[in-house]
Amino acid sequence: MINIQSLKFSYRPNRPLFEDLSLRLEAGHIYGLLGKNGAGKSTLLKQIAGLLFPDGGACEVTGYKTAKRQPAFLREIFLVPEEFNLPKISIRTYVKANAPFYPRFDEQAFYSYLKEFAIPQDQQLTNMSYGQKKKVIISFALATNTKVLIMDEPTNGLDIPSKSQFRKVMAAAVTDDKCMVISTHQVRDLDNLIDSIVIIDDHKIIFHQDVGTVTDKLSFKLLGQLDDRLPILYADSSLRGHSVIMKNENMEQSKIDMELLFNAILSNRQPIQELFN
Amino acid sequence: MEFKDSQAIYLQIADYICEQVLLNKWQPEERIPSVRELAVQLEVNPNTVMRTCELLQQQEIISNKRGIGYFIHPDAVKKIRQFKKDSFISNELPSLFRSMYLLDIDVDELKPYYEKFKKSNFR
Repeated sequence: MINIQSLKFSYRPNRPLFEDLSLRLEAGHIYGLLGKNGAGKSTLLKQIAGLLFPDGGACEVTGYKTAKRQPAFLREIFLVPEEFNLPKISIRTYVKANAPFYPRFDEQAFYSYLKEFAIPQDQQLTNMSYGQKKKVIISFALATNTKVLIMDEPTNGLDIPSKSQFRKVMAAAVTDDKCMVISTHQVRDLDNLIDSIVIIDDHKIIFHQDVGTVTDKLSFKLLGQLDDRLPILYADSSLRGHSVIMKNENMEQSKIDMELLFNAILSNRQPIQELFN
Repeated sequence: MEFKDSQAIYLQIADYICEQVLLNKWQPEERIPSVRELAVQLEVNPNTVMRTCELLQQQEIISNKRGIGYFIHPDAVKKIRQFKKDSFISNELPSLFRSMYLLDIDVDELKPYYEKFKKSNFR
């Protein structure tokens, strides 16, 4: 569904952000895009949405070159940006003005998402808090029913109960014909929702695996004591004990710890990458 | 539902479904909530619930009627007990055995503890 090949991009000459970046994302999944600050997560999402253009290589969504911004492509993609400005109009007017761009927009679903998020329907967008505005945009994004839905830090600014509501609406919205990409720093908010992990670092994609494959190859554990005889690949020690990633030699089915995996891959990725080759 | 950190989510969901059956909340031959309904309720990816259903279908605890959904298998209670025993042997025993090995404890040495436990909890 999303196909990026040998993408090159830089904001300034001689300071490349992406060099030879390739990535293929399929329908039916919720991808978690992880990376350090400044690694290029938002830039990559903008490339996919056709808001930035490649310097070299290709970025295609459902067969359309995103940089050409053809209407047939734009009606099948929605990006929830991290920062946004909304006009001084009511929610209803916003829907009237924007929904016609999306042929499968489901107005009933939109208002039921708003209800789920406890947002009053007859408000001016500019009179709302940041978190409330975000919920309106997320509701709108889900209601567009586009094939590709991209969210940049969607849980930023959401209060504690709305994170749970967010997970519920996302679980309800993902279907076999949709591809969802979420960039996030708060993996703990979303770790049961994301089924594939994409890590961007060092100008390219350094890790891309589905959660099932990760837990087949690696086991995540909390140990009281480190033991040299165990096949430990990475350990993070705290008062709770040692959170470790080990080779999964006994076919154990542990729960993935995305934060630990992310730290492990950024600090010493070679031994982990080798296991997946 | 609170998930633990120690076990894969799809297995914890399998436990949850089995518990509903053992507690008689979901009766044999009854339809269970759809994959999507369960995913929304538990706030997890529908693919994870799908994996749970495939596992439970393999274990013949639920069965799939095409186009209608998943139903509790007539022999589910019996199968769940067997499944729990298998899972105890493959999931919980290894860590117990590992501790026993590291601490040099023999199997016979545990017997009095087990008898004492049974006495104080189940009599």
